[in-house]
Amino acid sequence: MTVVTHEAGAPSGAAPPSGDPGDAIVTHGLTKRFRGGQVAVDALDLTVPRGSVFGFLGPNGSGKTTTIRMLLGLVAPTAGDYSVLGMPLARALPRVGALVEGPAFYPYLSGEANLLRFDAADPTAAGATARTRVGEALERVGLSAAAGKRFRNYSLGMRQRLAIAAALLGPRELLVLDEPTNGLDPQGTREVRALVKEIAADGTTVFVSSHLLAEVEQMCTHAAIMRTGNLVAQGTIASLNGGLTTRIRVETPDAADAARVLDALGLADVRSAAPEVTAELGGQAPEEINAALVREGVAVRGLAVVRPSLEDVFVGLTGEGFDVDG
Amino acid sequence: MSTAETEVDVRRTPGLVPVTETMRTVEREPGAAPAGPPAAAPPPSRPVAAFWRLLGSELGLTFRRPRNQVMLAVLASVPLLIGIGLRIAAGDEAVGGLIGAVAGNSLMLTFVSFSFLVLLLMPVSVAVVGGDSVAGEAGAGTLRYLLAAPAGRTRLLAVKYLNAVLFAYAVTIVVALSALVTGLVLFPVGPVTLLSGSTVSVAEGLLRILVTVGYVGAGMAALAAIAVALSTFTEVSIGAIAATMVLVIVAQVIRAIPQLDFLAPYLLPTWWTRFDAVLRSPIDLAALGQGLLVFGAYIGLFCSIAWARFTGKDITS
Repeated sequence: MTVVTHEAGAPSGAAPPSGDPGDAIVTHGLTKRFRGGQVAVDALDLTVPRGSVFGFLGPNGSGKTTTIRMLLGLVAPTAGDYSVLGMPLARALPRVGALVEGPAFYPYLSGEANLLRFDAADPTAAGATARTRVGEALERVGLSAAAGKRFRNYSLGMRQRLAIAAALLGPRELLVLDEPTNGLDPQGTREVRALVKEIAADGTTVFVSSHLLAEVEQMCTHAAIMRTGNLVAQGTIASLNGGLTTRIRVETPDAADAARVLDALGLADVRSAAPEVTAELGGQAPEEINAALVREGVAVRGLAVVRPSLEDVFVGLTGEGFDVDG
Repeated sequence: MSTAETEVDVRRTPGLVPVTETMRTVEREPGAAPAGPPAAAPPPSRPVAAFWRLLGSELGLTFRRPRNQVMLAVLASVPLLIGIGLRIAAGDEAVGGLIGAVAGNSLMLTFVSFSFLVLLLMPVSVAVVGGDSVAGEAGAGTLRYLLAAPAGRTRLLAVKYLNAVLFAYAVTIVVALSALVTGLVLFPVGPVTLLSGSTVSVAEGLLRILVTVGYVGAGMAALAAIAVALSTFTEVSIGAIAATMVLVIVAQVIRAIPQLDFLAPYLLPTWWTRFDAVLRSPIDLAALGQGLLVFGAYIGLFCSIAWARFTGKDITS
């Protein structure tokens, strides 16, 4: 029954690391250095509150998957400790549904047989109810019709859905989804988002990693941002965005005039970069700014209110574009 | 299920609900579930049943897999071919030696088949299943999902090894049965003449075949331990399979070099062929016992290696 042993948290008997027992995931100084010295995750302090939909953001290669592998007991941390659902990992894992680094199934088995196989691996799952639960999980992801089809013949989207179905086999308190929309078409992506919302509405904590900022903004209540193994920021989406202000952007051939007008209106941080002028919106109404511009004879080609996105947060925190990574 | 669904926690949808076991979990371990969030999966209430369920799943995968079925079919066909060949050879005229022994008694074909298969074909099929056991799952990525389920590393390894042992015995039994049926069809049934020259009854002969199956199966189980241990070191199952076969072949090469005779008692193939002890009168129990001790030592050593490696390994596949 040994699941994982590492210096900080024995799988059973040991008291879970300190932290609010109400948190689904807590890590303290969690570090993973692979052989060869490469530090994949560096002193991670992560707190995932129960009931949240937590977006774990970062470019490819920033240590998200290694963190998830540590949380699931697949990889032993080099240092630090963590607790999942506030209990020893061997007891927590049956309550955790996981999708790690894409689907992996037996190609020669049907979708249903694959799920039965993974269900059999869970020592807390009752064999008597297995078929019912597998059927429900398949229905949940819309794969009932393909249940008897071999996994080999599944399309990319069906494979991804089967992996999500596997994560939904039992009663889950925490769902860990690593890049759940990878390989899905726009329709499939929407369906996954809807499913995540539905699951979260049931009270299950969802920990979803992604390299797509927009996806996290749409699905999540909380987020953490990783960059090259380090945690850059974490908190509610609102608090992450809170550090940045809403700006107004004016598209005009008369950039200099427009900048003067915005300045005169008392807007802060006016930046002019023809053919665009931007400024902090403050509390002003965009329509009045537009009226003022037109009154002053500025030709307005476009006017937009730019709300801060997580991408801006990321750029602001790291000074880098999100997709730039090594 | 029907009574359970009436107690469903209203915050969850039916697909995710732990049904009545949720309630029982909370009652059984009042301190276990933190206040607020709902308790879920019950603790392993019947670990033994769960173990057998996983083993059943493993056996299903192994024996339903076409590759393994083909291997068993090939193994079953060899005694048939040997039997037909000997029948043709014996038809010409009265011959002595091996052909004569088989031609004179149907049960002898089983022992002859084992002596043909025990050094190469049977080890290959056992190496395939054992070498694929952990490496195959790692290569396909299914290992991470099994362990996250959580299968438990020691538990999964125990299931994998037991599965390989059962396959090793299946291989042995298939060879014995095929040889027995072929022998009964092609050759006369009667008292068996042993290597010592004395004869035993048909019933006694069958009993000795049973002892042979037990002994040869144990020898194959020892090889399975090596294969499973090697399987924990790689994500490429063919690598573990090939490495196991290389060890088998190297052992046979060493046996063929007279100057290295002192190594022979430590090599598995030396003891695999010792099943002929059952053809002595009485059965050479000392030889069989010593063979079983060697098999046991191999099993203990390589299972320990496999366990140490597998429980401490980072699963990055």
